[in-house]
Amino acid sequence: MSDMPSGKPLVTDTNSSILDRAATAAAHATPEPLAKKVRGLSDRMVAWIFIAPTILLLLAINIFPLIWAIQLSFTNYRANRPNADIKNIGLQNYSRILGDADTWIAMQATAHFVFWTIALQTLIGFTLAYLIDRKFRGHAFWTTVILVPMMLSPAVVGNFWRFLYQPQIGLFTYIISFFTGIPPTEIEMLSNVSLAPWSIIIVDTWMWTPYVMLICLAGLRSIPDYIYEAAEVDRASPWRQFWSITLPMALPFIMLAVLFRGIENFKMFDMVNLLTGGGPGSTTEVASITLKREAFEKWRTGYSSAFAIILFVAVFGLANIYVKVLNKVKNR
Amino acid sequence: MSNQSIVKRKSNWPVFLRRGLLENIAIALIGLGFLMLFQPFALVLYTYSFITMLVGTVMFIIVSKFPE
Repeated sequence: MSDMPSGKPLVTDTNSSILDRAATAAAHATPEPLAKKVRGLSDRMVAWIFIAPTILLLLAINIFPLIWAIQLSFTNYRANRPNADIKNIGLQNYSRILGDADTWIAMQATAHFVFWTIALQTLIGFTLAYLIDRKFRGHAFWTTVILVPMMLSPAVVGNFWRFLYQPQIGLFTYIISFFTGIPPTEIEMLSNVSLAPWSIIIVDTWMWTPYVMLICLAGLRSIPDYIYEAAEVDRASPWRQFWSITLPMALPFIMLAVLFRGIENFKMFDMVNLLTGGGPGSTTEVASITLKREAFEKWRTGYSSAFAIILFVAVFGLANIYVKVLNKVKNR
Repeated sequence: MSNQSIVKRKSNWPVFLRRGLLENIAIALIGLGFLMLFQPFALVLYTYSFITMLVGTVMFIIVSKFPE
């Protein structure tokens, strides 16, 4: 039995006897053949036995499809013709994608969408977190209200905003018309070439700003009060406190939120598909919509696998840089 | 605890193969490839974006295992 430095026993006799009895009961409950096998296992082996199901699951649902997609990306395989001969065409799929002007435009649409959604969500999310962090009457209620859009399904949000954007009956168009004086029928958010990309950005910002706010709020709440008290003693102005304490200390959390939203928005499909379906023309055709068209409308499985690998490498590479920068910021 | 001073062990790894420099080169390649992929100016840059990014990513994975 081990004793504490103060002389107080760590495990009392009563506890010890209870633990002993529990261990004996467990040993008796284990079938004898299994007990014999387990007794001979090392700690390392027991750890492997516990980890193995997770590793097997990861291999089955993550690694295997990835390797299969890489293999398919070098072939002319079409999923709607499973019995056709599969030819190895080398890097042809990659060279076609990387030389195609339409795919290049889809990439630009993706970049436009990702840049503006992240910029707006970070700005509004951090501002909301900064305001909610100040204790005021009913702040818990308002936090819950702000979080509601994030809890809705993207399918529901997509349909719901299609109604809001309706030129004749939509509430959004009515409000815009009320403030600008433009007739509501002329505000065609989903079918106007220049407005359609912004209509998706507005919906995504509305839905996911609470998520960024929540992460920023966690960062702001983690800043100890004594730092602000020390700054007050040094007569630092609120502006100075914000730039020298609040922002640097909340920065790792902001960066984490940007990473999560960046990866999610590169793969954005559901909202775009529900709101505009890539139209009008191909103005809102982001990479995932092009991918879906190639894979499930044109049935060019090999080609779409190559496209998916290109997107994967882009996101994976960026995430690597980001994690490195994040670690640097945290170690400052 | 004894008051022995901590002496840094000298690595036999060549200086030009240390992690810091190579990791920065890899990061620069990934960043460059990323910009090339999403830029709206020249199709030729888009064409060579994937290979630039792939080289950078593979290099990053390898050199991040190198000693400091």
